[in-house]
Amino acid sequence: MAGFKLRRSLLYVPGNMPSMLQNIPIFNCDSVIIDLEDAVPLSEKDAARHLVKRFLLNYTDRNKELLVRINPLDTRWGYEDLKVVLPAMPDGIRLPKADTPEIVERLDTLLTEFEEELEVEIGRFGILPSLESALGVINAVGIANSSERIFALAFGAEDYTASMEIERSRGGEELFNARTRVLWAAKAKGIQAVDTIFADVSDMEGLRAETELAKRLGYTGKCLVNPRQIEVVHDVFAPKQHEVEYALQVIEAIQRARQLGTGVIALGGKMVDAPVVKRAARVLRTAYAHGMVDTLIDEEAIHGAQ
Amino acid sequence: MALNSLGREIPESYAGRPLIPYGDPYAIRPQGSVAARPLKRVNPGEKKLLSSLREAIEASGLKDGMTIATHHSLRNGDFLLNRIVAEIAQLGLRGIWIASSSVHPVHAEIIPHIKSGVIAGFQCGVNGLIGEMATRGEISCPIVVRTHGGRARSVLEGSVHIDVAFIAAPCCDEYGNMNGYYGPSACGSLGYAQIDATYASCVVAVTDNLVPFPVVPVSIPQTLVDFVVVVDRLGDPAKIVSTTTRVTTDPVGLQIASYASQVIEASGLLRDGFSFQTGSGGISLAVAEKVRNAMRKGSIKGSFGCGGITGYFVEMLEEGLFSALMDVQCFDQEAVQSIGRNRAHQEISADMYANPFNAGAVVNRLDCVILGATEVDTAFNVNVNTESNGYLLHNTGGHSDTAAGAKLSIIVAPSIRGRLPIVRDRVTTVTTPGETIGVVVTERGIAVNDRHAELKEELIRRKLPVKEIADLQREICRVTGTPRPLEFEDEVVAVVEYRDGSIIDVVRRVKE
Repeated sequence: MAGFKLRRSLLYVPGNMPSMLQNIPIFNCDSVIIDLEDAVPLSEKDAARHLVKRFLLNYTDRNKELLVRINPLDTRWGYEDLKVVLPAMPDGIRLPKADTPEIVERLDTLLTEFEEELEVEIGRFGILPSLESALGVINAVGIANSSERIFALAFGAEDYTASMEIERSRGGEELFNARTRVLWAAKAKGIQAVDTIFADVSDMEGLRAETELAKRLGYTGKCLVNPRQIEVVHDVFAPKQHEVEYALQVIEAIQRARQLGTGVIALGGKMVDAPVVKRAARVLRTAYAHGMVDTLIDEEAIHGAQ
Repeated sequence: MALNSLGREIPESYAGRPLIPYGDPYAIRPQGSVAARPLKRVNPGEKKLLSSLREAIEASGLKDGMTIATHHSLRNGDFLLNRIVAEIAQLGLRGIWIASSSVHPVHAEIIPHIKSGVIAGFQCGVNGLIGEMATRGEISCPIVVRTHGGRARSVLEGSVHIDVAFIAAPCCDEYGNMNGYYGPSACGSLGYAQIDATYASCVVAVTDNLVPFPVVPVSIPQTLVDFVVVVDRLGDPAKIVSTTTRVTTDPVGLQIASYASQVIEASGLLRDGFSFQTGSGGISLAVAEKVRNAMRKGSIKGSFGCGGITGYFVEMLEEGLFSALMDVQCFDQEAVQSIGRNRAHQEISADMYANPFNAGAVVNRLDCVILGATEVDTAFNVNVNTESNGYLLHNTGGHSDTAAGAKLSIIVAPSIRGRLPIVRDRVTTVTTPGETIGVVVTERGIAVNDRHAELKEELIRRKLPVKEIADLQREICRVTGTPRPLEFEDEVVAVVEYRDGSIIDVVRRVKE
């Protein structure tokens, strides 16, 4: 559980807009994805990556995770994006069109080379691959296992529906299989899963419904296109008060159990064992991020002393 | 020249009047009695209805050097002040002072009459071009900027004597009873005009909606009104209550509103009996919406909403979130309609609203007020009068009054405006002293005045981004750079009166 990072909200910010870049520090999303790909017109690709570099170098009091969506590596811009932006130390790269494990492996190799050149720890730059085509979804398991830098899989519905030659609906039934397959791959690898964007900024009810669906399925976060969406997404991912109270009871019960020398104990007539404790710990970490509990529970409380 | 307690250089006198440098918000105690006006007698059968504005001006006895007043409840839709000044000019009068409750951009039409000497000066603040031209040295006329409460105070104590008050009366009868609730130029509350009606030597009601005697409800009674004049139109209805009262959709504004509402929740003031004032700006309304949701959620029954009233506050009243609205001025059509039908929507005078020299104003009963700023400095002093270019562009309104009265005053402002940092070492002009400001909320952080140490601790406990105001300034300046200071001439073009009559700052001519 060491290195647990909450990623409920990953906000896209266009890399060619100084007025929007300078507001990145103020929003309380968990991560920002600065976009050099779709948001940036061809004529501004070069200027945008230098702007992003300057912004990152000036953003010294970092208060959120910073990812950069580069252009695909098979375009003429992808490599140049890495070369300009990586010295400014983003936390990771969002890789678009990660259709095969080989594409991710190629990025992994490039990142290792840059890390050596920049004399930073190998593995410092993370990868968030975008599964946004039929091929990418089919290859989800292989992609999840293609690099140890991958901390989550992201599902991209806009390009996916295009590749499927279908329309995206409000209910999202057409996405169900793909969403699930991406989730399986992520959960099997023990990494997070990030759901697609919800494009209609004025439809907060639709956003809430889709986020609730994603959460129910097992997604841990969602990509956002507007800061106004942060509040709804955090609200959906926030544990309910009764869940927090129950989780606290579970942790207290398991600590009592350990004092008695056992790993299993009953709480309110239900058995508490390792999976229940694990779930309670996850609830409490999320609750801590929401300011619902004052202290972060320590590893020993969850797993017991070695 | 003397320095006031905020380190601002204040001249000995201005426009022939000795000046008292500002000391602190609460110390000055008034002397003497309320100003008097002549006793009158109107016998049965005597008529008040005159045929034209000109006839009314002549009947009022207005002479060179005297002072007139209008109210600003018709806002930027007002036709009256321009028409009166034009008539006065045609009558050959000169050296007239204007002591209106405010002057709006629409009144730029009177600028030629300032240049020609018909208008001598302003006993009130000005919005728009008149102030700008004065600060650039293009017109020369004294301007005394006053708060809403300060204006009422100056009239009550007699330091400003209104010789003739011309009152735009949206609903009026031939004997002078009036209200602002009904008619084509309905503006709602006549809170500012009530002062003029009570203390002016002569009162002229001007209406575009003469109705049979008696007008009820009576906002200003016949006993105060000398003459009644009918005109075609008092104003442009589209601009009278035109304030666009919509919640902002700008993510930065919403972030500020979110922090501000969390400050209110953390303050402990949001409980049964809560009283609240906001402006009509997009951020203020976003705060109001969040406060409304918090009140619903906590089943909180507030006491009153105050100030310029918007449809937002009307909805909160009708929903039972407030038991009353104390309304000195209506900002939109919903407020105008509400004040005409709802007894719990109470019209109040500017005196009752905010005058520091009476037996207690409504602002003293406010828990929380949300206010704006063009600049704030590291001592929490706030400027709303001048912009960063040094031009006098805005009147004070109730800013300093509510800040001094409320238990908690919260400034909401974006940290960067037009590439310039909002937090400065020294504001260009002090409107409201830092000792009456509780919290400054920007999207980059929340600065709490040391006077609210407990609140500061609570905000930190709630993990809100609390920052020292100097750190906040440094953070903003890292983005914007530090602006070069403005340069001013020595010439004073306006004085900014604090609500108690002392001088908190002066506005000097900009060096260009």
